[in-house]
Amino acid sequence: MTLIFGVFLLILLVIVALAIVRSEDLFAAVMLSGIFSLLMAVNFFLLDAADVALTEAAVGAGVATVLFLGALALTGKEEARHTVSPGGRWLALGVSFATASLLFYASLENPHIGDGSAPVHQHVAPWYLANTLPLIDIPNVVTAVLGSFRGFDTLGEVFVVFTAGIGVMSILGVRHSLVELSGAELDARQRSLRHHLIPRIVGRGMVPLIMLFALYVQFHGEYSPGGGFQAGAIAAAAIILYSLLEGDDRGRELLPEWLLRLMVAGGALLYGGVGLACVLLGGNFLDYSVLATVPSAGQHLGLLLIELGVGITVTGVLISVFHAFARRASR
Amino acid sequence: MAILAYFNYWVFAVLLVIGLYAVIAKTNLVKQLIGLSIFQGAVFLLYISMNKVEGGTAPIFLNGNTERIFSNPLPQVLILTAIVVGIATTALGLAVVVRIREEYGSVEEDDIKAQDVGS
Amino acid sequence: MSIEDHLPALQIVVPLLLAPVVTLLRVRSLPWAASTATSALTFVLAIALAGQVATDGALSYAVGGWQPPYGIELAIDQFSVLLLLIISGASTVALVFGKASLDREIGEERAPLFFAAWLLVLAALCGMVTTGDAFNLFVFLEISSLASYVLIAAGPDRRALMATHRYIILGTLGATFYLIGVGLIYMMTGTLNLADMALRIGEVSELRPVLVAAGFITMGLALKAAMFPVHAWMPNAYAFAPHAVSVFLAACATKAALYVLIRFDFVVFLPHLAEHAAQVSAFFIPLAVVAFLVGSTVAVFERNLKRMLGYSSVAQIGYILLGVALLTPLALTGAIVHLFNHALIKGALFMAVVCIAHRTGSVQLPAIAGCARAMPLTMAAFVVAGLSMIGVPLTVGFVSKWYLIQACLEFGVPGYFLAAALLLSSLLAVVYVWKVVEAAYFKPRPEEAPELCEAPPMILASLWLVTLANLWFGIDSSLPLGLARAASMTLLGEAP
Repeated sequence: MTLIFGVFLLILLVIVALAIVRSEDLFAAVMLSGIFSLLMAVNFFLLDAADVALTEAAVGAGVATVLFLGALALTGKEEARHTVSPGGRWLALGVSFATASLLFYASLENPHIGDGSAPVHQHVAPWYLANTLPLIDIPNVVTAVLGSFRGFDTLGEVFVVFTAGIGVMSILGVRHSLVELSGAELDARQRSLRHHLIPRIVGRGMVPLIMLFALYVQFHGEYSPGGGFQAGAIAAAAIILYSLLEGDDRGRELLPEWLLRLMVAGGALLYGGVGLACVLLGGNFLDYSVLATVPSAGQHLGLLLIELGVGITVTGVLISVFHAFARRASR
Repeated sequence: MAILAYFNYWVFAVLLVIGLYAVIAKTNLVKQLIGLSIFQGAVFLLYISMNKVEGGTAPIFLNGNTERIFSNPLPQVLILTAIVVGIATTALGLAVVVRIREEYGSVEEDDIKAQDVGS
Repeated sequence: MSIEDHLPALQIVVPLLLAPVVTLLRVRSLPWAASTATSALTFVLAIALAGQVATDGALSYAVGGWQPPYGIELAIDQFSVLLLLIISGASTVALVFGKASLDREIGEERAPLFFAAWLLVLAALCGMVTTGDAFNLFVFLEISSLASYVLIAAGPDRRALMATHRYIILGTLGATFYLIGVGLIYMMTGTLNLADMALRIGEVSELRPVLVAAGFITMGLALKAAMFPVHAWMPNAYAFAPHAVSVFLAACATKAALYVLIRFDFVVFLPHLAEHAAQVSAFFIPLAVVAFLVGSTVAVFERNLKRMLGYSSVAQIGYILLGVALLTPLALTGAIVHLFNHALIKGALFMAVVCIAHRTGSVQLPAIAGCARAMPLTMAAFVVAGLSMIGVPLTVGFVSKWYLIQACLEFGVPGYFLAAALLLSSLLAVVYVWKVVEAAYFKPRPEEAPELCEAPPMILASLWLVTLANLWFGIDSSLPLGLARAASMTLLGEAP
């Protein structure tokens, strides 16, 4: 039953992808890519990847959609009629056909899906499953691998987010050939939602709930799917919603720009600082075991701190990016 | 069900080239970025498809139960990172497109090329 | 454990963690000063690591204390040390050299963000050449790319934005191809650690996913390395980036991708995939030849000096690729030493062009007419670096060409043709270097053109430092050659 459901979802994914590419209305294309991400997330869930499903839903359907809509508001919603260059089409068809044939050719000797004797299930991964409880002592193996066994990757991931944050601020920070809206004008645009009673009341009730959920995801990641990244995305969503409902100025009062910058830098520094603390205490970089007298307690402390670092940076970056897009408006 | 044993990998290939086609063939810069995110999304499917074990469950030891069959945690960890990389690329790409629109008044690649030849 | 044992990690972590700190510095030139100091410190760390590798041989560092293949390993040998020296050296010189031009191009408000992105590129490139884990490599590859997009987009001309967009698209395609390749290999071997992969790939080397993976990884990294014919993003990205960024990225960014390609090919694929050697040669040798002939020819007709140097880089990457594809110790040594030498050559040339642009305000060929009289030291440096690129004796360019041509000649008659093509490309280099020299020395300065004077002392000093390095390592090339020889021996699996 799950199998058939999975196949059905996959076929749906292909149809949605085709619709995205065919659609000349960019607004529709963006909405469809939100659906694409949700379908993808359901698929991941069927394939036992709960953490990934949660992230794909939050990022692909949530953050990405908001970013695309923000950009479309500034660039226009329609694709031009001559959407495909004739030369480009043949090149694209050629490259796509070649790539697809290569992958089909390869796939016939892939291990079967779900085959427990495939190499990926025989080497490295069993070690993680066997050693997470004795060495780290938390139930979620994904969190253990993410935060500790491959903690260096996750440090890199935080810096990817950090780079994107400072990148968007740097690129959209210039005031070239453009009038930035004054506070009052901006207010007038942003405040519009305040006059809508239902979103306001429902929204006001939701903001604290979303925030609470973010905290739960942040601190419960060791036991269930979740962690700093997803929590950061959810917390940012709560604050962005607050800014939308109450006007950008109130949003800024809540989190002024200097504080956002401090969050963006501080979370990444917290993560790296934990790594350096391990070095000072005599371990290797990111070896949390030396943080406490009992190694597994040190691992717990390390994971808690780095997840917090991830959460802070992600929240800060997402809100900053939202502000960077929202503050810009064409003449 | 020999066909279904590879079905995910085929869908991965199809999604990948749909994205690739959009990236190369489309002249609208926003559409290229949308194509790029489909392209990246397809790769997530490749990795997550290999983490499944028949009869397995998500790799979380609920109530200390370690006896069940668990799916592979490693591809999941990798894809968590890859998803973040994808959204970071999208954010930067969109910021650049917004600036292009301000400078050129268009987000169609051929319009922009024509303007640059003129200048 | 003393602090020296942590050098492999610190090499990456120091610039990485200073990046967030720099974003918080809001005082005038403090971000620049902090970045330059960090970059210099990274260079010192690289020298210290080089010393360690020279005495103890290759190093391995287990991040998080988890042994490979379960944890992420940093693996450092002579080859990575050579790249670390190039990367941190290029960054430091470009920052010192570029202060004046960056002050003008970036503006005070954006400076903290810009310099943070710079440090991220530096840290991520160091990470790319030291990590021993295929996926960790992807993470660093992406950090370096994302941060370079930010640097290039800061260029003052609006065409910088289109160049960035193109780079984002092609760079992401490249990185994703790499990721697909790594995924397929992981599927067949169950491991992400490169050394472990090399051990386990032999058992499955006949299977299609592995062969296809080799293709995807090669293609992805070729895109990142701006290899012909997928170099389209590179000339414009370098031409419209802020000047100092062109110097930095031209000297080392594509090199890091080439390094990864060489490492993957020689460590993972070549010893274990039966057909791979023949495929590499059959595929890369023609591409390399076309690359340097086409690259040099386009450079001859290009009137924008920075784009000219960009196309010249396409050709130079072709030389390196040729050395790699010949698969002999001599050729590989030539290729690796050219990685180092080309960084010096292109660094010096870009710096000279930037000096001229600093005074004339333009990088177009007509604008530099007659500038040699007012800027004799700058133009002299350009001439020396140009001679080095052509491959005149007593310069570094000669050393690498000498090795490459010798390596070609080992192959008998087909080798003669390769050597001839190489010489032809060098002749074309004579033509485009001459075009600049002719304009600068022999064309009169137009009447209405503004008065010129020599570039500021600090800029000139760093330009000449690199130019003299071109001569120094041309006369005594034992340091880069020693590292390159050791590296090629390790890569080819022979005892050093």
